Amino acid sequence: MSGVVTGWTGRFGAGLVALVALAASPASAQERLTVLCGVQEEWCKAIAVAFEKKSGIPVAMSRKSAGEALAQLRAEAANPKTDVWWGGPGDPHLQAAEEGLTQPQDSQYAKDLQPWALSQHRQSKGRSVGIYAGALGFVYNVEMLAKRKIEPPKCWADLLRPEFKDEVQIANPNASGTAYTALATLVQIFGEDGAFEYLKKLNDNVNQYTKSGSAPASAVSRGETLVGVIFTHDGINQKVNGFPVDVSTPCEGTGYEIGSVSIIKGTRKLDAAKAFYEFALSPEGQATGAQAKQFQVPSNKKAPTPPEAPNFEDIRFIDYNFQKYGTAEERKRLLSRWDSEIKSAGK
Amino acid sequence: MRHSSALWVVLGWVGFALLPWFSSAATQLSVNPPGAGLAGSALIDGLANGRWWLLPLLAPLVAGVGAVALPRHHSLHPWLLLVGGAAGLLWTVVQGFAIGLNGWNWPGLAALFGPLPQGQGAFGLGAALTMTAFLFQTTGGFAGLGCMKGDRFTAGAIGLVLLSIALFVFLPVGFVLSSAGDSGAGGFSPLALWTRLTAPDIWRLNCLYENRSCGVVWNSVFLATMTGLLTTLLGLAFALVAVRTGFRAKGLLRMLTVLPIITPPFVISLAVILLFGRTGTVTLALADWFGIPPSRWIYGLPGVLLTQTLAFTPIAFLVMIGVVQGIGPSLEEAAQTLRASLWVTFRTVTWPMMRPGVANAFLIGFIESLADFGNPLILGGNYDVLSTKIYFAVVGAQNDPGRAAALGIILLGLCLGAFWLQRRWLGTKSYATVSGKGDNGVPPALPTGVRVAAFATALPWAVFTFILYGMVLFGGFTENWGRNNSLTLRHYRNAFDLTWGEHGLIWAGRAWDSLFTTIQVAGLSAPLTAAVGLMTAYLLVRQRFAGQSAFEFFTMLSFAIPGTVIGVSYILAFNQPPVELTGTMAILILCIVFRNMPVSIRAGVAAMSQIDRSLDESSLTLGAGNLQTIRRVILPLLRPAIVASLVYSFVRAITSISAVIFLVSPEHELATAYIVGRVEQGDFGLAIAYSSALIVLMGAVIALIQLVVGERRIGRRTTDRLALQEKPV
Repeated sequence: MSGVVTGWTGRFGAGLVALVALAASPASAQERLTVLCGVQEEWCKAIAVAFEKKSGIPVAMSRKSAGEALAQLRAEAANPKTDVWWGGPGDPHLQAAEEGLTQPQDSQYAKDLQPWALSQHRQSKGRSVGIYAGALGFVYNVEMLAKRKIEPPKCWADLLRPEFKDEVQIANPNASGTAYTALATLVQIFGEDGAFEYLKKLNDNVNQYTKSGSAPASAVSRGETLVGVIFTHDGINQKVNGFPVDVSTPCEGTGYEIGSVSIIKGTRKLDAAKAFYEFALSPEGQATGAQAKQFQVPSNKKAPTPPEAPNFEDIRFIDYNFQKYGTAEERKRLLSRWDSEIKSAGK
Repeated sequence: MRHSSALWVVLGWVGFALLPWFSSAATQLSVNPPGAGLAGSALIDGLANGRWWLLPLLAPLVAGVGAVALPRHHSLHPWLLLVGGAAGLLWTVVQGFAIGLNGWNWPGLAALFGPLPQGQGAFGLGAALTMTAFLFQTTGGFAGLGCMKGDRFTAGAIGLVLLSIALFVFLPVGFVLSSAGDSGAGGFSPLALWTRLTAPDIWRLNCLYENRSCGVVWNSVFLATMTGLLTTLLGLAFALVAVRTGFRAKGLLRMLTVLPIITPPFVISLAVILLFGRTGTVTLALADWFGIPPSRWIYGLPGVLLTQTLAFTPIAFLVMIGVVQGIGPSLEEAAQTLRASLWVTFRTVTWPMMRPGVANAFLIGFIESLADFGNPLILGGNYDVLSTKIYFAVVGAQNDPGRAAALGIILLGLCLGAFWLQRRWLGTKSYATVSGKGDNGVPPALPTGVRVAAFATALPWAVFTFILYGMVLFGGFTENWGRNNSLTLRHYRNAFDLTWGEHGLIWAGRAWDSLFTTIQVAGLSAPLTAAVGLMTAYLLVRQRFAGQSAFEFFTMLSFAIPGTVIGVSYILAFNQPPVELTGTMAILILCIVFRNMPVSIRAGVAAMSQIDRSLDESSLTLGAGNLQTIRRVILPLLRPAIVASLVYSFVRAITSISAVIFLVSPEHELATAYIVGRVEQGDFGLAIAYSSALIVLMGAVIALIQLVVGERRIGRRTTDRLALQEKPV
């Protein structure tokens, strides 16, 4: 019997050992630059390929939403496995900088960058810099609006019109950075009490607070709702994919996101990470966005702006205070107020 | 007995003195890096690089040699094995956690002993082998002292299962849950824990008396109860139709019920939206024909309930069919001989015999619904449930891991409650019907009422599923589903293109990379899940040991916690020494194995409670050991459970998303993670084409598993009626 016993338990032990061996095997993984990518997958692929061609450094890209990326970086903090976090709204990049998850870096391209990109660099104490910008706006279903003979929304106030009753979608700011940007934007336009007054009225017209920031765009494109509040490039994306949608930006002024790049503190491949950081800010690196059919506005003035991208000249931007509305306390305070006054008032 | 102890003692030495102790790939040490191969063994590294804390392991290793050198029946033999093994295991673990990459991990120790000049890396091959050896020495010692009736196999199995559950369930879950009481300043505060646990938005009951939403707990419980009831009912109906009626297209029926389980989660939700959404096909048709105004009823409780029932009915069916097949017809025959009507037979004999199946199916449906993440995410609308709340507490704008942990504790509490209720309902009755006596009964026909009810429930549901899948498969071939339905092969070519280049075949399609990784991960994790799960089931049903109920509950732990929390907890626990697995394929496999193990356990427990102990006993009386009994008697009778767990874990490895989304690394991208990206981008064509390909692949694998493992053969008399329908049509 003992022989059999050895065989059985032995096999289990061998399996266990094999698993550990498997864990230890991918030595090649150590040679690649690991990048968390916060934009759409096409763009992640495109910039990885372009960078590999230029520098000869192989890149391993992993697409993560901003929240997921931040959660992963926090969990890895003691022993980082990621080298660069590229793309995604600037707000979580600021949070990462505030928590010391990323490290300061200056770029040779600083002189070519748009002022908003440099302001991200300043506010993060050098730990992050802007690579593209996207404006907050509305997306609407052209076919369905025409059928119901409704004018497309042009202003924040338009969303309160009775014909949009139960036809507006916006993400839940507790879940999505996009919606938090919208909340902070409204507070900066109407003042805090005015903004909550507005949101209370808007609540009657909202049919759903979605969990993902870009979800209203796909709901609008399928006709599940008439209007959504989103970053306009998400709406343009649906339009380019053949859906009957169009976008507009509010007349009272609007906020924006600064897509950013940061180098992770404690990276084991600092030189390669710096090379990627520089490439991400170069005109050549930023051109990959348009090649991948992504329509954000690049931060390097010398990079070509895709013709489909919203013309920033035509948009009335507010002077968005990232410093104030990016801090943990202000965020927590506004979000709990939203929770108690808007969310718990039904829906 | 000496033979196997000696083997483990030798392997312990091999791991300590010959193999590299640290994992070279995972961590790089800047000070005194250990050498490669032999030079990196604990013995040489401990002497040469000043990692003195490895050297005390010599004592238990020598104790092992002493034990083997003693005569077999010497009273010291088991004690030496036990104490040596346990001490070795304990020391390895304690030093591993106490000393990290940069020296002491705990400030108290640094103050006590002064700073260390160097740290250490993660456990490697040598450490794993030595620890395994210590474990089996310990359990061998226990067996030698007469525990588990002196059976070394059982003792070893319990030890192995306990250790792996401790390492891959307790450790990561503990990491997360301990943050529930995090005071914000890094300490633990009971008040913070209490505040988080009793937050009003979790427990409020507003929906009963005003038009506001109720607390998230009540939402979850209501949804889970409904899903549990519906899936159990449908699963039972399908099982009865498949096993106990002369229904002809059984194969088709089985195929249809298995379809939803092999579908990536987002696809069902998408299909449901495209059918029943405000501009869905069905909605528009209803508006045209009957003037029913289109609405968004699908977003919220109805939609989630519908998709969860679609998704989890097959699991209930897999559990129920094993049970219905296993019911010994002779009992029912006896009832009929005693002049009981069909209905009385069903009510007093068949139904009570199915109770373990019903209870297990309900438990699984209930817990699956609690833990489900994908469906509430897409269709939940404003109906909040615990799993999505936890996810957004982790990744949302108001990042609060403590709140996530508190919600996780509540979720666990619900799971515990369901588990306790199930145990109470089943009580301590015996459900054994597969005995060695050769049951030659013929199952009676179902009572008319039950028959009609079973058909009336199962058939419409089958037709509904069929239509849904027809639409999904069709969707992969259209330009832009729902808007431009002209046919195209574009999406398939995009995903699975093959070209012939200069150096041979080029896998040019965009889906190949993630598909190969997915198949590899699923193929490795399925047999592991089945093995660990069934072994645990065997220990639960067939062995008696102290703390068994607690053990049973803890095996369910990883199942009840939402995937997202598991994913984050795996990063927290396995990103640094002593166990460093992030970025490897092993972490994906382990996460999938231990997350899906509970289903394997449930299926095994349900099937095993039906097998009469007298079968084991007669095998043991005839001189076979526990292991031989398992291999020759129990395993062949467990075939449905084996199929269920193999199929389930293979499929879940392919379709699960929430747990692995934090664990996939660029090297090891999984299919679902890729598909979700496509859906987010609005590229439904490729997503659906890829999903359809996965569905076909999983269908083929399920057929293969059925073929290889085979059906359980129970002595049942066949009649002409039954024989007829076995013939291929």
